[in-house]
Amino acid sequence: MRYVDEFRDPKLIRQASDEIGRLANPSRHYRIMEVCGGHTHAIYRFALADLLPSNIELVHGPGCPVCVLPMGRIDEGLSLVEAQQAIFTTFGDVMRVPGRHGSPLEHRARGADIRMVYSPLDALKIARDNPDRHVVFFAIGFETTAPSTALTLKRARQLEVANFSVFSNHVTIVPAIRAILDSPDMRLDAFIGPGHVSTVIGARPYAFIARDYIKPVVISGFEPLDLLQSIVMVLRQLRDGRAEVENQYGRAVPWDGNLPALRALADVFELRPYFEWRGLGFISQSALKLRPEYAAWDAEARFAMPSVQVTDPRAAQCGEVLKGVLKPHQCKLFARECTPERPVGALMVSSEGACAAYFSYVHRRAAAATA
Amino acid sequence: MCLAIPGQIVELDLSGHLATVEVSKVRRTINIDLLDPPPAAGEWVLIHVGFAMSRISGGEAAEQLRLLKMLGEDAQAMAELDGYEFGSP
Repeated sequence: MRYVDEFRDPKLIRQASDEIGRLANPSRHYRIMEVCGGHTHAIYRFALADLLPSNIELVHGPGCPVCVLPMGRIDEGLSLVEAQQAIFTTFGDVMRVPGRHGSPLEHRARGADIRMVYSPLDALKIARDNPDRHVVFFAIGFETTAPSTALTLKRARQLEVANFSVFSNHVTIVPAIRAILDSPDMRLDAFIGPGHVSTVIGARPYAFIARDYIKPVVISGFEPLDLLQSIVMVLRQLRDGRAEVENQYGRAVPWDGNLPALRALADVFELRPYFEWRGLGFISQSALKLRPEYAAWDAEARFAMPSVQVTDPRAAQCGEVLKGVLKPHQCKLFARECTPERPVGALMVSSEGACAAYFSYVHRRAAAATA
Repeated sequence: MCLAIPGQIVELDLSGHLATVEVSKVRRTINIDLLDPPPAAGEWVLIHVGFAMSRISGGEAAEQLRLLKMLGEDAQAMAELDGYEFGSP
């Protein structure tokens, strides 16, 4: 058993793995989607599939924000650098995401003023330190990062920082899950719910999955044992014919979420009528834009931005991988034209993308074994 | 961006919005506006992009540090913490 020595308690890991073996009905196939990219990373890193019977399949969900970002949004954001002589700021994860004319990192190499920040408050600080330049923050992330952008905007408004704007690419996880549930090729049996997002939104928003779609949901922590225990809880529900929202992650996830964070989101953002998700298409009410009260800090309201529609390279099968129809290595470009060093699709960019995780832990290991 | 970094509150600043946290002996300023009531010195929090997002126990904090290490993300987490600039003048 690979990596088993690194597990804090190999005995508990084995017990959970044995319990999964007992609970899994050998005459059926189970498809369980882990929604969160952090879970996807952990599943590959710890080779958890090796601890599961072959009739349990983990399907990797849409919970990696840079992976689901349509390529055109990068081009739209970068257009402000030239049009407004703006300083473009964003998180490190975005720096290597390819746009039509290269990634932010490549634009920087060509002389554009592009700065990586670790917090939206740092982008605001750059604006205050450079009052004669416009500073745009390319905001991205699910409900774990969106409240931080919201508070940064409140601060910008309070301090009347005129040379600062946000280009919001924030998305919300629940409509994406609903879109997957409504898609005709959906064959999922249950969900492992995201841990950190749920500390913000709580467990309540998942109730419809159990109630309306009769699918179990177990919100999980990130340790190998957490994930195995969550699979045990899922299998028990399926065995008993129950469909409930259960919480394995403990006290970090209150049923109602983090109220100050939810309040900040509601104060600053409203839902877009629809937003494009790479691989999933347009999903209604699935993304956040700034409320009219914040128009002065909304890059989209303030500047004429090109609407850039970029279709993914035809050979890249990011969409099929995102929906769980294909495994990463089944894409025609995987490990050939598309690698973590030179990513074609966004799933290869972030360590939380299914392709990058598969490349790092399965492909490299297999290559090393045959070398 | 999706990293959750555990930190122990050392002290709150006078504004009430910011606090000094310590993680593996590194001290940095974070924002605490998303926790109600605000955390007290000695409490542990999970930090996302410069903001304390939830309270955790000391044991959970140690687990999270271990997990970051096992995932090969510990150096990245420390670089992120070290990179927060908004607390400096």
